[in-house]
Amino acid sequence: MINSKEYAEYVSTHTQKSCEWKTLPIAFVVGGLICCIGQAFADLYTYLLPTWEKADIGALVSMTMIFLGGFFTGLGLYDKLGAVAGAGSIIPITGFANSIVSPAMEFRKEGIIFGTMAKMFVVAGPIIVSGVTSSAIVGIVYYIVGKV
Amino acid sequence: MRIGKYIYELDNKIYMPYVSSICGTYEAAGNLREFVDNVMEDDLWGCMTHEMAEIKMQKHIISQCLERAKIGESEVDCIIGGDLINQIVPTSYSAREFEIPFLGLYNACSTFGEAMIVGANMLSNHQNRVICVTSSHYATAERQYRFPLELGTQPTPSMQWTVTGAGCVLLDKNPSNSPYIARYVIGRIVDLQCSDANNMGAVMAPAAFDTIYKYFKESGESPDDFDMILTGDLGRFGMDTLHYLLLQADIDVPNLNDCGCLVYSKEQKAVQGGSGAGCSSLVFCEYIYKLFESGDIKRILFVPTGALLSKDSPLQGESIPAIAHAVVIEKQR
Repeated sequence: MINSKEYAEYVSTHTQKSCEWKTLPIAFVVGGLICCIGQAFADLYTYLLPTWEKADIGALVSMTMIFLGGFFTGLGLYDKLGAVAGAGSIIPITGFANSIVSPAMEFRKEGIIFGTMAKMFVVAGPIIVSGVTSSAIVGIVYYIVGKV
Repeated sequence: MRIGKYIYELDNKIYMPYVSSICGTYEAAGNLREFVDNVMEDDLWGCMTHEMAEIKMQKHIISQCLERAKIGESEVDCIIGGDLINQIVPTSYSAREFEIPFLGLYNACSTFGEAMIVGANMLSNHQNRVICVTSSHYATAERQYRFPLELGTQPTPSMQWTVTGAGCVLLDKNPSNSPYIARYVIGRIVDLQCSDANNMGAVMAPAAFDTIYKYFKESGESPDDFDMILTGDLGRFGMDTLHYLLLQADIDVPNLNDCGCLVYSKEQKAVQGGSGAGCSSLVFCEYIYKLFESGDIKRILFVPTGALLSKDSPLQGESIPAIAHAVVIEKQR
């Protein structure tokens, strides 16, 4: 029988791979559209709240997009978008909301505490940990550089 | 009787007078839509959780099988079965509903073959009738092995779709005009160091090759002696790979087929095809059994395949061991 090295070679050359010329444009368009929606909200809030700082408008837009991501996850539509758009709907902040709301919904059956609360971050946990860690490191570097 | 080292021939044929199966709506819209036995109205089927729905599926088909056979629970000596979920909860919980002794098995997607072999052996001794049952459910498997259902991920092109379905067969030692188990081969674990949990066809094809190769080598038979060589859930890539491996060993199998490839139509976005412990039992009970009844096929080599991984084992750097059992099923001409 074929040995494992030859077999690994056979498998890697014959396994069907993602068709990038098909998936990349869809991801680009959907991701771009989500960003355009975010920009539309930014423009709307700037128009409605002319006294607000730019950073506060940004926070408001993030909150809106997170809400929308969670909302469409709850409606059972975001996973259908994700199946077509791939990274286009994972990378924007709506995808981050989806990664938290979907396990919260899925594990609701095991109860609020041991289900929803305990497993809410099974998908997003690594993103949060690496985000917090890297921001702490950058903060320390920034502090030291500032002193020098 | 033993043929060679690996093939066992049953002295008394073990008959399969009754079967029952159930599938989800997605499977019912697939290739085998004309053969469907029972369909669930939706994935939850009126239950609180998908696990409960899977339990209900098994309960339903076991009860239906008993009804079709017109026998009571006391006349069945054992329920033998399994599924994919941790601690085979769906099968144990469905067996809770019956006053029938129970043996729970786990061989991943090849459990149906394992159950047939265990059942046939029991009937060769003191038992008279046993029920073999396996099931899988897309939603229960997905949450255990992959991600929450609502997570927006894109399927990898090499992935397979877990079948929502279950099948059960009543094994009976009393002769009847039904298909029977004539021989079997107990598979051995084959591991060619594949560790991609998204490419189960590649993981399991060598195991299927090992079992099929042994069968033909030791029995002296050729693929022409069968109407169909039917693997469990290799999917399209796995089946191509098995073809390749068999051709390397000078065995050409034009009549090779796969339950995972049969269950969904090309238009359905099931990627490489179906998988799961319910895949082979569903396809066997709803489709293959009917082909036997209509006389379209007389003899098959049924090779359910399984990948014996947990969600954590590939993360811990382990490769995925695979297994395939073979059962020769015939019907008197």
